Amino acid sequence: MGQTLFDKIWDAHVVSSNEGFPDILYIDTHFIHEVTSPQAFDGLRQRGLPVFRPKQTVATADHNVPTWNQHLPIKEELSRYQVDMLTKNCAEFGIELYGLGHPFQGIVHVIGPELGITRPGGTYVCGDSHTSTHGAFGAIAFGIGTSQVEQVMATQCLLQQRPKRMKIEVNGKLQKGVGAKDIILYIIAQISAAGGTGYAVEYAGDTIRSLSMEGRMTICNMSIEMGARCGLIAPDETTINYVKGREFAPKGEEWDKAVAYWETLYSDDDAEFDSVLSFRAEDIEPMITYGTNPGMGIGVTQHVPETASFEAKEQGSYKKALEYMGLHDDEQLLGKPIDYVFIGSCTNSRIEDLRQVAEFVKGKHKADNVTVWVVPGSKQVQEQAIREGLDKVFDAAGFPLREPGCSACLGMNEDKIPAGKYCVSTSNRNFEGRQGPNSRTFLASPLTAAASAITGKVTDIREFLKEKELV
Amino acid sequence: MATKIFKHIQTSVVPLPIENIDTDQIIPARFLKATTREGFGNNLFRDWRFDENDNPKTDFILNNPNYSGKILVAGKNFGCGSSREHAAWAIADYGFDAVVSSFFADIFKGNALNNGLLPVQVSEDFLKKIFDAVFADEHAVIEIDLVDQFIKIVATGEKESFEVNPYKKACMTNGYDDIDYILSKKELITEFENPLAP
Repeated sequence: MGQTLFDKIWDAHVVSSNEGFPDILYIDTHFIHEVTSPQAFDGLRQRGLPVFRPKQTVATADHNVPTWNQHLPIKEELSRYQVDMLTKNCAEFGIELYGLGHPFQGIVHVIGPELGITRPGGTYVCGDSHTSTHGAFGAIAFGIGTSQVEQVMATQCLLQQRPKRMKIEVNGKLQKGVGAKDIILYIIAQISAAGGTGYAVEYAGDTIRSLSMEGRMTICNMSIEMGARCGLIAPDETTINYVKGREFAPKGEEWDKAVAYWETLYSDDDAEFDSVLSFRAEDIEPMITYGTNPGMGIGVTQHVPETASFEAKEQGSYKKALEYMGLHDDEQLLGKPIDYVFIGSCTNSRIEDLRQVAEFVKGKHKADNVTVWVVPGSKQVQEQAIREGLDKVFDAAGFPLREPGCSACLGMNEDKIPAGKYCVSTSNRNFEGRQGPNSRTFLASPLTAAASAITGKVTDIREFLKEKELV
Repeated sequence: MATKIFKHIQTSVVPLPIENIDTDQIIPARFLKATTREGFGNNLFRDWRFDENDNPKTDFILNNPNYSGKILVAGKNFGCGSSREHAAWAIADYGFDAVVSSFFADIFKGNALNNGLLPVQVSEDFLKKIFDAVFADEHAVIEIDLVDQFIKIVATGEKESFEVNPYKKACMTNGYDDIDYILSKKELITEFENPLAP
């Protein structure tokens, strides 16, 4: 019987497999950031252990950093302390840090791929659930807790139970205005926020194949939002072309050897999955979430479900979510006034996202009732956007381009959505209070977010595209 | 390094019949700035427990003096979302030794097990029975036995067995730690890194 892509990579990284024990899995690169690492470093000190493979550990400061005036000291005391602590820990344990002011600084899941650290066939972990992003390269990548961060620091390995395998296929042609973000929001809405729990999910099908690396990263990024352990997509020419020539990508002979290996990384035709799901691209509308978990999503023209449509035991949780969001049964979100638009996060802050938004907003201006934040995923994305003149397009539209960080995705810095306000956000979570205490989040694609910023209300991007065709 | 040992508890419970409780609710991001593992219990369910002026919300179960105990019982898909181990630390620091739900998110489950906090997955039916028992009598006592892997509603004797990874069970009942285990295999790691070395 053939093997799945996931099993090929897993098997190539098993250091030891013993009956009754989880496998000891070798980790190629461990990414760390300021929030989930300090207690792990403390643990090492208590044990008197070094970081086992510091050269395979990469650090950046992203969760706490301001996105405006980054050259000034961080104002918020606890945030500053946490970022300083990372600097101190990295110096003590000999870890390369792409901290504030470094040309490679940025959101950990943006910089790994753009620096060529993330590669097909690798294993990557980070104390951050969106580590699943790196799976877009045909790699095994997942989030871990701080005890496991300490484990990987101490041993470059992780004790891990092999998950089940799921294949999710998307085939067909996407409607205009529908992109990777809509695909993944659609899948999660279909299978729920727990539908992938216990599985490694391989995304396949011609629609997935047609996506750019940025689009594939958006898809894999949100695998965790359906509970999946990780998401991955078999590498192909798109993947190889993306990695080629990047800062830390293999060069010369090493490159040829690497590519020859990468070309073996796919699920065999007769590989068996524990679960296979299939979706049609044509069925996917621009998506938006209405509730307080990413599974609570609908097509932008659809209505919020009625409480009575849920089983009795689920109705309490559903009512709680609608009440939090200030919505009612059967309400249509289309046309609902909004207050903020956030374009950023490890889901949608790459150069392609910014280009797409800039192209759309060129010559338009945001509505008066909306505050817009565009937060690039990394210093390199920011510089590239400036080189391409996107910052000027954004400025003219009232979309100031800020500096890189996680920002309003989770509001650990100053970028918080105020209580009761609605934000159309390109990030990945609409949990209660995620973007600030009592903030209300509608998750959507960069294009839907941009169009909503222009009109000041939840908008169907396809309406704009129709106009364009008429002109 | 030795960790907390868990074998058996018998206690009243705190019921939280809400589904999809994510780790942002358990411990909001703005409280993740501490650099030690202690003290997160104060901010457990912060925005459900306290209003914007830090006054306790009287309708939230943790502020109801009638409910207390070492076991938190919650709706399905508990601990979804962010990988923050701070969520497990907050629950344990508040004083819980176990969390019961009909479904757990993967990362939370692993984090809990690494901190001596036992996640007990029960059937939807049994979860409902626990909620019914505790809403009928707030002092209803639940027994959890990790050694024999069962959970019991003491008053009625209704019982269900639960699964736990045998390795993690051995860790929790003996206070072992993953790092000690992997370090005991260190020569295998270096062999893996240098397969051609003599």
